[in-house]
Amino acid sequence: MARDLEAYLRSDVKSTPFCPGCGHGILMNAILRAIDELHLPMDKMLFVSGIGCAAWIPSPNFNADTLHTLHGRAIAFATGAKMFNPELKVVVISGDGDLTSIGGNHLIHAARRDMDMTVICANNMIYGMTGGQVASTTPLGASTATSVDGNIYRPFDLCKLVQAAGASYVARYSVTQVVSLKEAIKKAMSTKGFTFVEVLSPCPTQFGRRNRYDAPTDMLKTLMESCIPVEEVERLSGEALKDKIVTGEFIHG
Amino acid sequence: MNVQEIDSLLPAGSYYFSGNEAATEGAIAAGCRYYGGYPITPSSEIMERIAVRLKEVGGVFMQMEDEIASICSVIGAVWAGAKAMTATAGPGFSLMQEAVGYAAFTETPLVIVDVQRAGPGTGQATRVGSGDHMQAKWGSHGDYQVITLSPWSVQEMYDQTIEAFNLAEQYRVPVFLMAEEAVGHLRERMDVRPKVKILNRLKKKGAPPFGTPEDDGVPPMPSFGEGENLLVTGSTHNEVGIRKTDDGNAHERLVIRINNKILKHRQSIIKTEAYSLDDADVVVISYGFTARSALFAVERLRKEGKKAGLLRLKTIWPFAEELICEVGKKAKKIFVPEMNRGQIAGEILKYAECDVVSYCQTDGEIIHPHKIVEEMRSLL
Repeated sequence: MARDLEAYLRSDVKSTPFCPGCGHGILMNAILRAIDELHLPMDKMLFVSGIGCAAWIPSPNFNADTLHTLHGRAIAFATGAKMFNPELKVVVISGDGDLTSIGGNHLIHAARRDMDMTVICANNMIYGMTGGQVASTTPLGASTATSVDGNIYRPFDLCKLVQAAGASYVARYSVTQVVSLKEAIKKAMSTKGFTFVEVLSPCPTQFGRRNRYDAPTDMLKTLMESCIPVEEVERLSGEALKDKIVTGEFIHG
Repeated sequence: MNVQEIDSLLPAGSYYFSGNEAATEGAIAAGCRYYGGYPITPSSEIMERIAVRLKEVGGVFMQMEDEIASICSVIGAVWAGAKAMTATAGPGFSLMQEAVGYAAFTETPLVIVDVQRAGPGTGQATRVGSGDHMQAKWGSHGDYQVITLSPWSVQEMYDQTIEAFNLAEQYRVPVFLMAEEAVGHLRERMDVRPKVKILNRLKKKGAPPFGTPEDDGVPPMPSFGEGENLLVTGSTHNEVGIRKTDDGNAHERLVIRINNKILKHRQSIIKTEAYSLDDADVVVISYGFTARSALFAVERLRKEGKKAGLLRLKTIWPFAEELICEVGKKAKKIFVPEMNRGQIAGEILKYAECDVVSYCQTDGEIIHPHKIVEEMRSLL
């Protein structure tokens, strides 16, 4: 973590728990940089997370109130805290399996209520912490510990899901798009209502090794090549869109 | 511990309430200012009334998407500074169990009113049962303690809800009011006193919120937004909240303390009532709605000159083991009528040295007083 952001981290936490090549460190940096640039006071912020690798981004690293909850339930805990004390600036940071599979119901209902909170979903397209099982976000055909012949089910488009449920701000960026990602988080944190940022974050340990990415850099390169801005989608034909990940802001707030 | 005598919000006097309405008023009187819930028979009247009452007193009501979200939102609200509760029945209580363990391990004070119906499964949603006592004790994984109360009247739905909040705050523990459908829907007179004694959680700036030097202590509890940089986690943690998932000693220390803080103080937690107990040959041990029938039976048998007595358990967990041990030494027989298949009779068997006769009724009806008279007469 960059020295200028040290004040945002607990002094007694010396290292991050993430694997080499994991994208979550970049995301952690982007979140804190967004907070720094917005001058948000950390003593009025509450970071809520579920269970999984991404849930460890705020807990115990961030120098603020953190609530590390049950698997899937971060948004439900966050709802109670925010409703009782609206002064708290509530940010939920968790993974794709946590927020959209076991916790999918809470996600859509918080979006429907336009609950005033920011949800940052670190999407590595797999269950990382438990050993690389197929997720509701795993691409068709991808190999995982529980889909060794390739995933036969379509993944969720999380942004469309949350958008349909009524969110006030929706964006998707990859950790390879650091400036846009930071700006999106800033916008999400400064927009009232339910705001959602999906962040594509590579998992070389569980996803990469099962899907012919020989090195973490291969995953980053592939991410950079497959991400296309939402503005370009209209100009491209169906074939050119194959295997592409559309990034950008889908609901502007 | 911060004890307060406050004026009752509800004007003092007599009211004709249902048990569910009384529990709602007890919660408001105790200072409950957040409720997260989901509709379920036979508890829904609590949610309907508290939705209105919380608005009147400046609290927050949330109807959540399911029971899991309800209890999780309650835990979130408690850490944001609220006294909070939810109410449910068997199926919803089952869904809440993972979060109950989380609350016990993070030492989150909260109250659940379980208006028990005839289970298992969906069972008979509108009919009475009392089959959730073992679930209340053992429902979540791992070793932890909760406190459960068993009301027998509308008055106790009010009084014990206040007590539930006070115990939750005193011991930083989940407390369950194990009501039964019959008392939830019963209407009878109850009294509201002019003053209400309430306990508020202890706060101590900078003190560790998850550890005490004693192995049975209750640490002070700060809230979010107070500048304490709280670390709340359901993983094993040290006294300041840092995860210690590889440290066997940290786990042992925490598990022992969350058990001891209840078990070592059980004598001051447990409440019972005795009727004609001293010279009784046959003692009926009863709780909840069934104790009303049991009291009728004891009074009837005493009129006949028979030595019958009643021990009523107002607290189910922690269990009144010392008292039951004593009763078992003096009585010839203990009779335990229950609207389940003998859940508490099994506990009594562990501690009483005399004969323990279990009477089980699971037909969705209350146990008729005459049935208890008849059964006890055959034992006398």
